[in-house]
Amino acid sequence: DKTRRSLVNQLKAIVGQGPLNEDAVLEIESLLLQADAGVDATDKVIQALQKQLREETLPPEQAIAYLKKILRELLDRPLQGSHSVFFAPEKEMLNIWLITGVNGAGKTTTIGKLAHIAQKSGYRCLIAAADTFRAAAVEQVKVWGQRSDVDVIANPGQNTDPAAVVFDAIAAAQSRNTELLLIDTAGRLQNKKNLMDELNKIRRIIDKKAGTATVESLLVLDATLGQNGLRQAQVFAEAAQLSGVVLTKLDGTAKGGIALAVVEELGLPIRFIGAGEGIEDLRPFSSYEFVEALISG
Amino acid sequence: MFDALADRLENAWKKVRGQDKISESNVKDALREVRRALLEADANLQVVKDFVAEVEQKALGAEVISGVRPDQQFIEIIHNELVSVMGDANVPLAHAESAPTIVLMAGLQGTGKTTATAKLALHLRKEERSVLMVATDVYRPAAIDQLIALGKQVDIPVFDLGKDADPVEIARQGVERARAEGFDTVIIDTAGRLQIDESMMGELKRIKDTIQPHEVLLVVDAMTGQEAANLTRTFHEQIGVTGAILTKMDGDTRGGAALSVRRISGQPIKFIGVGEKVDALQPFYPDRMASRILGMGDVLTLVEKA
Ligand SMILES: Nc1nc2c(ncn2[C@@H]2O[C@H](COP(=O)(O)OP(=O)(O)OP(=O)(O)O)[C@@H](O)[C@H]2O)c(=O)[nH]1
Ligand SMILES: Nc1nc2c(ncn2[C@@H]2O[C@H](COP(=O)(O)OP(=O)(O)OP(=O)(O)O)[C@@H](O)[C@H]2O)c(=O)[nH]1
Ligand SMILES: [Mg+2]
Ligand SMILES: [Mg+2]
Repeated sequence: DKTRRSLVNQLKAIVGQGPLNEDAVLEIESLLLQADAGVDATDKVIQALQKQLREETLPPEQAIAYLKKILRELLDRPLQGSHSVFFAPEKEMLNIWLITGVNGAGKTTTIGKLAHIAQKSGYRCLIAAADTFRAAAVEQVKVWGQRSDVDVIANPGQNTDPAAVVFDAIAAAQSRNTELLLIDTAGRLQNKKNLMDELNKIRRIIDKKAGTATVESLLVLDATLGQNGLRQAQVFAEAAQLSGVVLTKLDGTAKGGIALAVVEELGLPIRFIGAGEGIEDLRPFSSYEFVEALISG
Repeated sequence: MFDALADRLENAWKKVRGQDKISESNVKDALREVRRALLEADANLQVVKDFVAEVEQKALGAEVISGVRPDQQFIEIIHNELVSVMGDANVPLAHAESAPTIVLMAGLQGTGKTTATAKLALHLRKEERSVLMVATDVYRPAAIDQLIALGKQVDIPVFDLGKDADPVEIARQGVERARAEGFDTVIIDTAGRLQIDESMMGELKRIKDTIQPHEVLLVVDAMTGQEAANLTRTFHEQIGVTGAILTKMDGDTRGGAALSVRRISGQPIKFIGVGEKVDALQPFYPDRMASRILGMGDVLTLVEKA
């Protein structure tokens, strides 16, 4: 079965040990498209590869090594700019991480995992249950709070204003000398103007009420997403001033190639990957691991 | 971000204007545009390849219609082909001769199964069919609470045995209860699972074998990319699906996953989810979906006028 063969074997089947030809490049293009990298990002990567191939003829192994280098550089580019390489909350001050994304992406689960890591690493941590909309969303995040032994600030009423929960949670965080406040938000599709306005209001409250806090605004993207992921990143970046991305569900067979397009287009770094439903299933992002999985899987 | 396919095709055709007939030489650029548009709409690459090959055959054999430009005729061919692939007409939910009709929901994590369970229950009640919902997701935190909360919203009962029970046993007893109490339909919500998770797929298979459902609905997020083909293939091979629900169609995704789901399973998409609220469920219409995937609203009427 062709899909199960490694890229290097597929390329060797086409060109042997010789330099890559047109068919071999098409094979690489297929691989990127099937990983959801999208037509535009794929075109860019293929162009970069072909530029190199015009300069020197490359046999399969070297061509793949070069391809991986192009992809890693693309993914690491945001860290050359304003985004720090090291990513962790600062001690002895309030850090606020706002977790956003479309419905069902994995926000609440990611919050549970982050709370667990933060607690283990000795941070004073707090969770704001600002999804006041979805059925049993508060109960869900409370279970995660119990699992990691982190308090959850919630409003007992139904359909209350999420911005009010955020306001209360910041006040609680300030009075408790919390170091990391994780804010869970309701899933929302980026084309819903009122919901994006609501998110923007939450963001403004954070900036206003916690002016001295370090704020990270993370978009959670599901690895099975197709090209709509790019649109999501564009609109959430506006409304929530995104500073990074979390890519979830990488324990499946989806490669999360849309992340390439998001990084390339918006210059946002990927900070964590989710690879399971368990509390330990969150890892810092590594461009090396991501690209290896993308190319070899 | 997406140019409508119609504009693209017109551009592709401009290069060959003066040719008033679809031919092997002028169809090539157009087919390339179709391929690109379908990929940008997230249809699976392999599915697209097969589809484009079929369209090429159809286009080359097409009769010339006077007064219709070849690009317009070409679009109509593609659209018709897409509609026919997706099943021409809407297929309603199964209704068993002797109650209860048993419906099993399945799919990846977070696709919208629990929400769709409640939506479907409400939809059936509007057709005067009484429904019992069964909560077998013992894994996700507060999954049972979620279904119970939704049940309250729509005033439809939920059967559960807490989160320490075996999902297969919950499903079995749920169906038994529905039968004993004379419900018309029983819908089994299940935990999200990856198609490569052998033990979770085994559990789903056991649920299916135990309750013998009339309908196994694969719940797929309309925003899914290439993976839609893989997950459909495995769920269909291992469990056997009878239809699908495409959720989150209220977003601005093109929804090419629909093409993959339909092509790979051969089973109809029966409903679409168009919002978070419990009444946001609609029947699936192949022609609307075809237009959406192609990014064309009014092209058809244009062709009709010509
Ligand atoms: N396999 C896998 N499943 C995950 C991962 N992260 C989350 N999930 C599952 O995805 C589903 C949705 O996760 P949630 O955390 O509830 O997602 P959410 O974004 O908070 O959803 P809403 O609040 O409803 O918008 C749950 O079943 C999770 O267990 C992951 O990394 N891998
Ligand atoms: N906008 C929109 N949101 C939807 C739709 N269907 C479901 N959702 C949302 O998607 C998220 C996940 O829905 P669930 O019903 O919990 O999904 P699930 O498949 O049961 O998730 P797991 O049980 O964790 O696998 C929730 O935030 C729902 O409100 C839809 O058609 N449109
Ligand atoms: Mg959530
Ligand atoms: Mg569920």
